[in-house]
Amino acid sequence: MGVGHGKCREWLGSLSDYVDGTLEETLCVEIERHMQNCDNCRVVIDTLRKTISLYQSTASTSMPEEVRERLYRRLQLDEFLNL
Amino acid sequence: MIESSIGAFSLEALRDGDRAEFARLVEAHSPLIYRLGVRMLVDEQDAEDMLQETFIKAYRHLSTFDGRSSLSTWLYRIAANEALMVLRRKRPEMVSFDEPLSGEAEVGEPLQIVDWCCMPEEELMSAEGRAQLDGAINTLPASLRVVFLLRDIEGLSTRETAEVLNLSEMAVKTRLSRARLRLRDELTAYYGERMEA
Repeated sequence: MGVGHGKCREWLGSLSDYVDGTLEETLCVEIERHMQNCDNCRVVIDTLRKTISLYQSTASTSMPEEVRERLYRRLQLDEFLNL
Repeated sequence: MIESSIGAFSLEALRDGDRAEFARLVEAHSPLIYRLGVRMLVDEQDAEDMLQETFIKAYRHLSTFDGRSSLSTWLYRIAANEALMVLRRKRPEMVSFDEPLSGEAEVGEPLQIVDWCCMPEEELMSAEGRAQLDGAINTLPASLRVVFLLRDIEGLSTRETAEVLNLSEMAVKTRLSRARLRLRDELTAYYGERMEA
């Protein structure tokens, strides 16, 4: 099932700003009023928020020490490697 | 001294070629640039090449850095250009991050409405779930992926992301919206199936 109603589709492009809290207030009020009667839009917003938070919580790619060492050597910063 | 999100650096010392100050800059920013490279380019060797080229170019051009943007934004800009070079070598049709969106970047309506938010965290974050997250991000066209990474992973503001990619703030918002909705759809397809299983 999709978000098929005209109003839902119209708002699709605004949902990203809505979850960021940067959407203008009158539109926020309209979306919130609409969500009270539209479960599909509520689910899209909830899962959109969850998508962003999942990516943020798994974002910590650490840099391997050997990558750091090779970088310092390439930049001729060897003397600062162990500081 | 100028402020960055990580620490304060002496622009004067950097411009004068102070090696110790440059090492501090490298130490503070290299993990972030590497993370962007890995997520953007997938291949770890490509990410390492991009990392090294970014700081080589930064060192060469520090004397001309005018300080109008933050050092961090300036480094991301160099890194994004380096990433683009790597992508172009692999896909010559890739022109630039600021080219108009092609059809592949268009977003359709969400395909599935499944409320998977209530799934247990250990299932959402299982090894398979994490692989799915990585896989989904790699399905995004590079022009959307880079915006999502800079805004939602690296935490740059809309204005900073626009500066890095030479886009308007409106274009950044549009691309971020499309990227997020596409990722949501990809994850809904996956987690929706898991809920039904």
